[in-house]
Amino acid sequence: MPKVRPKKTPIPKQSPKKRVKNFNEVALGYSEKQAVKEAKRCLQCKKPVCISGCPVEIDIPGFIKLIAEKDFKEAIRLMKEKNVLPAICGRVCPQEDQCEKVCVLAEKFEPVGIGRLERFIADWEAEQGEMALPPKPSLTGKKVAVVGSGPAGLTVAGDLVKLGHSLTIFEALHKTGGVLVYGIPEFRLPKAIVQREVDYVHKLGAEIVTSFVVGKTKTVDELLKEYDAVFLGTGAGLPWFMQIPGENYNGIYSANEYLTRSNLMKAYLFPKYDTPIVRGKRVAVIGGGNVAMDSARTGLRLGAEKSMIIYRRSRKELPARIEEIENAEEEGIVFEFLTLPVRYYTDDKGWVKEMECIRMKLGKPDASGRRRPLPIKGSNFKIPVDTVVVAIGQSPNPLVPSTTPGLETGKHGNIIADEQTGKTSKKGVFAGGDIVTGAATVILAMGAGRIAAKSMDEYLNTGEW
Amino acid sequence: MNRILKKLELAPEVKLFEINSPLITRKTLPGQFVVVRICEEGERIPLTIADTKEDTIVLVVQEVGKTTKHMGTLEEGYELSDVIGPLGKPTHIEKLGTVVCVGGGIGIAPIYPITKAMKNIGNKVISIIGARSKDLLIFEEKMKKVSDELYITTDDGSYGRKGFVTDELNGLIDEGRNIDFVMAIGPVVMMYAVAEVTRPHNINTMVSLNPIMVDGTGMCGACRVEVGGKTRFTCVDGPDFDAHQVDFKLLMDRQRIYLKQEEESMRLFKRH
Ligand SMILES: Cc1cc2nc3c(=O)[nH]c(=O)nc-3n(C[C@H](O)[C@H](O)[C@H](O)COP(=O)(O)OP(=O)(O)OC[C@H]3O[C@@H](n4cnc5c(N)ncnc54)[C@H](O)[C@@H]3O)c2cc1C
Ligand SMILES: Cc1cc2nc3c(=O)[nH]c(=O)nc-3n(C[C@H](O)[C@H](O)[C@H](O)COP(=O)(O)OP(=O)(O)OC[C@H]3O[C@@H](n4cnc5c(N)ncnc54)[C@H](O)[C@@H]3O)c2cc1C
Ligand code: SF4
Ligand code: SF4
Ligand code: FES
Repeated sequence: MPKVRPKKTPIPKQSPKKRVKNFNEVALGYSEKQAVKEAKRCLQCKKPVCISGCPVEIDIPGFIKLIAEKDFKEAIRLMKEKNVLPAICGRVCPQEDQCEKVCVLAEKFEPVGIGRLERFIADWEAEQGEMALPPKPSLTGKKVAVVGSGPAGLTVAGDLVKLGHSLTIFEALHKTGGVLVYGIPEFRLPKAIVQREVDYVHKLGAEIVTSFVVGKTKTVDELLKEYDAVFLGTGAGLPWFMQIPGENYNGIYSANEYLTRSNLMKAYLFPKYDTPIVRGKRVAVIGGGNVAMDSARTGLRLGAEKSMIIYRRSRKELPARIEEIENAEEEGIVFEFLTLPVRYYTDDKGWVKEMECIRMKLGKPDASGRRRPLPIKGSNFKIPVDTVVVAIGQSPNPLVPSTTPGLETGKHGNIIADEQTGKTSKKGVFAGGDIVTGAATVILAMGAGRIAAKSMDEYLNTGEW
Repeated sequence: MNRILKKLELAPEVKLFEINSPLITRKTLPGQFVVVRICEEGERIPLTIADTKEDTIVLVVQEVGKTTKHMGTLEEGYELSDVIGPLGKPTHIEKLGTVVCVGGGIGIAPIYPITKAMKNIGNKVISIIGARSKDLLIFEEKMKKVSDELYITTDDGSYGRKGFVTDELNGLIDEGRNIDFVMAIGPVVMMYAVAEVTRPHNINTMVSLNPIMVDGTGMCGACRVEVGGKTRFTCVDGPDFDAHQVDFKLLMDRQRIYLKQEEESMRLFKRH
């Protein structure tokens, strides 16, 4: 191995003290100089294993080489062949589990900062103003409906319009982007960036209809009368609760509600925006994933004196992105590991005031390979709280499956779709993303969209199911 | 789309809007609602579809806070940012025999399409509508048309029987009238009172609940209520629930979550 700097070029960030008082983005991104420096760490492997770690198979050494050569224009063009949402993936992919995990440098040193470079090149393009559009294809005359405008739906839309199919995206909420707009906070993924990427798909030629609830405004069967194929990318939007006593008291939120109020409805700007949110002083967030980190850090920014993560396993098992765990720690989020809430207590007006928890210890590994948490008898204790956010996961929203006869679903209400093609049990209907897998990641949803788009194109051209 | 084609003042601080919404109109069934967002900075608020005509839906709005007050200032021709629906499960309409439809205050508007459907399917429909005083009573003519019998109450006695809708309902039960089903919509206290009236007589009773909502599609859980000890999401599992199973105290507590912010919002709005 030639000589290489062992560590990633650090990415500039807002200081923790400053950033907990605002909703601006935490990481500020590489300068050109820093990007070129980091790009030069890449060994340009003959067999670039990093590509196998990326669900959409970006030509990683290819775009990195172009950055090193300062040919940014070509770098972004190459990137967009495979990924229509680079500004987003560069920011939110769990790179440590994907491309960067398998980068050869990672064996001895820190891997190449692939995500940071991806983000850099996308932001560079945005700064240039006009986004380069590929040449307009000739129209095939086929019509496609995409349900849901999250990463899965946007990918399908981007891919299929480029192939000349007419495309309409139907979105239930009043804004496009799925979890990217209603879930992931501004300080991690600025909404202007999501909008930019959505605009790109729109400029490619996709029509976008918001505030349209498929299953209610129109059913899938009705869409099938107007469109030649339908893609379902409706996500995992049904929040779970723990079903413990007192969980419906005032001040107790699902993460979906807490984050939707803050992000989509901009409650952090209340009263300029009309939607209110409880600005608690002692916030407890239950869970250990990205959703939990986002909620706890939102709590802090809404003015909490203490914002806690209550997690039933230990730090090692936290499923959130490492970068976000570190950011949360820097910001002063308090972690209560090996702790499980068992009930809530209220004041006389129905507001939560205390949470009773029990301590856990780790036993043998369970089906997921992680050690199973077991309660320690008699270890109950109480924590005073005024806001609780339940972030223990979500399952697919049943609205579409329940109104679509002939669409097979699995045990957890997920739509069953073939992994290789995205085909569901219903002719002409494809699905992908969280609605199929359960809550997963942006890039996996995009990967599923890519696969579905390919087989949808085949189906549209041949009519063969 | 979403344009206000007609606006009427039905009573002080109660306005009717006809909104152009062809897609929603085609699908609407009695008991369903829409979520409305007036403008970019606006909240998403749920409103029941009180009627449909060709390409328009009819909404009847009581001005209780910032968003509904703001809506009250909108004129014909204004285009609402979003009208989403039809949401919620439709009311179960069935031929049951004698059905009593109870509407209190603004609740008379949402009880109307249900009353009409109950009548059309062949029930004998007795309606009881009530308001605080005569000038606040809405939809009297419309209700009369779709009811076999119509009773009116006002709290202050300025019109109809002096008292509450439950007094009238109690009266009917005491007279020994055979009642197969009661549907009640109105303020939470009224729906609670109706539930308590019919409970000892084992009369099947449904209410349409109005908790705070955000998305209206089952995504956030803001609208959760407890029915029969179980947590349900009103926007997708309801809004109609068995009145005898609903935890009304919890519903009332949860409706007050944002009281402080709502007051602040109103203060700022009034200054404009
Ligand atoms: C708070 C939070 C933080 C996260 N952080 C990360 C992260 O850092 N990195 C990462 O990789 N992943 C993260 N994830 C997960 C990631 O966001 C999801 O896996 C991804 O968004 C799934 O994409 P999707 O397209 O399948 O669905 P979604 O993004 O959920 O989009 C589905 C869309 O469909 C719409 N829809 C649903 N039903 C209907 C209907 N009936 N009619 C019309 N439209 C409908 C929804 O409104 C929504 O807009 C996070 C998730 C959350 C909630
Ligand atoms: C299924 C359903 C159907 C409804 N139908 C009608 C109708 O046909 N006509 C009508 O006038 N009203 C209806 N409502 C109530 C209406 O949504 C509220 O009055 C309105 O949201 C108040 O908003 P505001 O900003 O004007 O008042 P605020 O000052 O915000 O609140 C005043 C009161 O309204 C309640 N409220 C506030 N925000 C919401 C919200 N997002 N969702 C529900 N309630 C809220 C609060 O409990 C509060 O007590 C319905 C509610 C539900 C859930
Ligand atoms: S899309 Fe994600 S996984 Fe693929 S290269 Fe970019 S950061 Fe890595
Ligand atoms: S594996 Fe790492 S070093 Fe090799 S090409 Fe990929 S990014 Fe560069
Ligand atoms: S309003 Fe969000 S789940 Fe019902």
